[in-house]
Amino acid sequence: MQRRDFLIRSLALGCSAAASPMLTPVAFAEAPWEGRLVVIILRGAMDGLDAVRPYGDAEFAKLRGKLAGPNVGEADLEGFYGLHPALEPLRPLWNAGSLGFAHAVSTPYRDKRSHFDGQDLLEAGTVGLSGEGARDGWLNRLLQAVPGVSGKTAFALERDQMLLLRGKAPVNTWTPESDLNISPQAQRLIELVHHDDPLFSGAVADAIGIADSLELIDNPMTALEAQQLVRERAKEVGGSKGHLLLASFAAARLREEARIAAFSLNGWDTHRRQEKGIKGALGRLSEVIGTLHQELGPEVWGKTTVLAMTEFGRTARINGTEGTDHGTGSAMVMAGGALRGGQVWSDWPGLAEADLYAGRDLMPTRDVRAHAAWALRGMFGIEQAVLERDVFPGLDMGSDPRLIL
Amino acid sequence: MFDPVLAEIRFGTGLSPSQKGPADTGEMLDRLTGPDRAADRWPLPKFEADAVPQLREYYQMRRVTKKGGNSPEVEAANKAYKQLKRQVREAGARQIAMQVLRGALTEDGLRERLTWFWNDHFTVVGRGLTGRSYITGFAEEAIRPHLTGRFADMLWAAASHPLMLQYLDQHRSIGPNSNVAKKSGRPYGINENLAREMLELHTLGVNGTYSQADVTALARLLTGMTVVELRFKVDPKYAEPGIQTILGQAYGGPPRDREADLRVFIEDLASHPQTLRHIAWKLAVHFISDTPDPGLVEHISAALIGSGGELLEGYRAMLNHPAAWAAELENVKPPFDFVVSATRALDVHPAMLERMNAKSLDTIFYAPLRLMGQGWMTPLGPDGWPEADSRWVTPQGLAGRIQWAMTAPQALTTRLPDPRVLVETALGVQAPQSLRFAAEAAETDWEGVGIILSSPAFQRR
Repeated sequence: MQRRDFLIRSLALGCSAAASPMLTPVAFAEAPWEGRLVVIILRGAMDGLDAVRPYGDAEFAKLRGKLAGPNVGEADLEGFYGLHPALEPLRPLWNAGSLGFAHAVSTPYRDKRSHFDGQDLLEAGTVGLSGEGARDGWLNRLLQAVPGVSGKTAFALERDQMLLLRGKAPVNTWTPESDLNISPQAQRLIELVHHDDPLFSGAVADAIGIADSLELIDNPMTALEAQQLVRERAKEVGGSKGHLLLASFAAARLREEARIAAFSLNGWDTHRRQEKGIKGALGRLSEVIGTLHQELGPEVWGKTTVLAMTEFGRTARINGTEGTDHGTGSAMVMAGGALRGGQVWSDWPGLAEADLYAGRDLMPTRDVRAHAAWALRGMFGIEQAVLERDVFPGLDMGSDPRLIL
Repeated sequence: MFDPVLAEIRFGTGLSPSQKGPADTGEMLDRLTGPDRAADRWPLPKFEADAVPQLREYYQMRRVTKKGGNSPEVEAANKAYKQLKRQVREAGARQIAMQVLRGALTEDGLRERLTWFWNDHFTVVGRGLTGRSYITGFAEEAIRPHLTGRFADMLWAAASHPLMLQYLDQHRSIGPNSNVAKKSGRPYGINENLAREMLELHTLGVNGTYSQADVTALARLLTGMTVVELRFKVDPKYAEPGIQTILGQAYGGPPRDREADLRVFIEDLASHPQTLRHIAWKLAVHFISDTPDPGLVEHISAALIGSGGELLEGYRAMLNHPAAWAAELENVKPPFDFVVSATRALDVHPAMLERMNAKSLDTIFYAPLRLMGQGWMTPLGPDGWPEADSRWVTPQGLAGRIQWAMTAPQALTTRLPDPRVLVETALGVQAPQSLRFAAEAAETDWEGVGIILSSPAFQRR
């Protein structure tokens, strides 16, 4: 039985009583491309105006006060934008053309400014939250559009299931901290008792398949030994550097068969004392990109594109608590050796009162999905019609920003 | 209709070998409205009553120790501070043991389930060591006392709790034309966080008919709600003066009447039909199915609306509707609920958990829950934990459940149950034939127990 079949079955809840996926090895087909794509969802609404500061706009300093930062000087990007200090460690990548930004972008989501609907729309890649495609992720629909995709092509690194990669195409989800130690007999019995529950049988087969492929399965002989293994693993992964663990794990998979990795970084919802909050969040993003760069190695990094996207931006003005509230337009962070970086792609809307969206937010001048779509077109040669119809239904990609080398 | 096994599995914390389940829906509701025995037996600190005095002492000492130097005064404070910090941390770690014991040994599982449900509806994440260590104080004060009362009372208690005001930044939101703002030259202003989540999550729901203008107006009305010395206070000095139009109604006025004005608004919002429909739908999704029977939702909704938001009437309507007792188990237990029901099935001795130290609690509960995808009391955002079953049934989530089921029972019991007995006591008539077979066929008792507790039949409710 094909792995793909049981993954599809596991999604078609209760509709099938097909044979057991018991002991089916993870099928591996040659990935259809060499390029690597990393998609990072920045949950909580990153303030694009703070990450990439449009100091060249005369209104910026007036709106931002203390958050505008000191004189730009060395933070300058292109004579108009300045890099947030927490992103400075990535300056060498900018200089090498492996870091870039799209500014004043957003999804089609407007007005209600709910994180949760905003993130769902970003991951679904659709125009609205109901109707076609809204329950699938755009990254999964990309995989569906390409023949020859295997379960090892895409890795989602989340404890939770990401909407971004949800859908009919096979995807692995795992966290770097996860582990599974079972004897062969226990494994057979676990598969047996999961067999009749379609939701569980696919997931447990995946768990065993992934743990096996990562050579994680130890065979404890006693309960004490099993406990000991759990404790040792817990010691290994403890600590606050979870984001580095994610980046390392993603890099390790991408060096092998995986071609797509997706995960999330949190901590962007800076309602209060943004200066402190965003410094931490951008610092982690910066370390994640730095780790990917280092651990992928020059050859694979050269074929890699990283897209870091957020659900919406934040208010152009500071609020009453030295933070910002939910807004509209933001920025997308891009990196990778495949990127034609060293530039900020933007049709700058201006920050004067009349230029703001609803008098409060950065006006989005381009759909963030268009940049993602052009990146996919450049990376994998996906046809424009497929991108506009299947991957991002209802998208008009517009002119080519030439993001990819 | 009523089924004693479903009553425990679907509406309670699972089957127990020692605790007697209710005999009918009447008894379920009687227990729910009777004395809170579990909370009396396994108390958790309240935030305002118990934590605040200790926290004041804690902050006081920290102010002294921050001065630095090595004067006798600072050294003594340093020592006392370290000791207190250890106490706070230990108290924090013990919260989970009390919570698990309540669920594992109660005869009133519905009360625990409703507490968790509403705690999640009004998600609050504790900040810093002190916030984390006393996070259960929120549910003890704002949720549990109002479980069977009016939704308006719970909404007010939750929205005005210091931990909520801090979590959603309300305590720093200040009217730009308030007295304080006008007197200090500093730029003060509004923070919309609580206002938005109150409409989107706590009441109307994201599909409710509210707009950004309603959010902004509500944020202005909420100014004045703040936290002083860790206690809730409505302080007119911070309140934005003037009338605010929210959902087509005018509220507010002079700052001195702000608390009364806020209570009027909360009453209106809590009894808004969209709010009560949203709650009815959430109850049906949480207890019965991700795609609940529309008749069931309508039935709960009508009872809530008809009673002006009496929560007990909503529960009664739910339990008296045939769709609530559908034989098929559709929902999946979130990791914490799974761990509690497994501990209950193992009939854990209370001393085992009462005496467990912080390190063991971390190995047996905190760390495994993180791997299963549900770090204790730390959902990612104010929308709480996901309801969709598919969100929990992931390869890494199941690996976490299997690992826990194979190892934790050994540490929770002095002697593991015979798997062939456990399969009956944990699942009763819900045990599928394949699971009975596996219980016999396992090579060791600990593997047998692990296979039963991690099986889909035990994960569902």
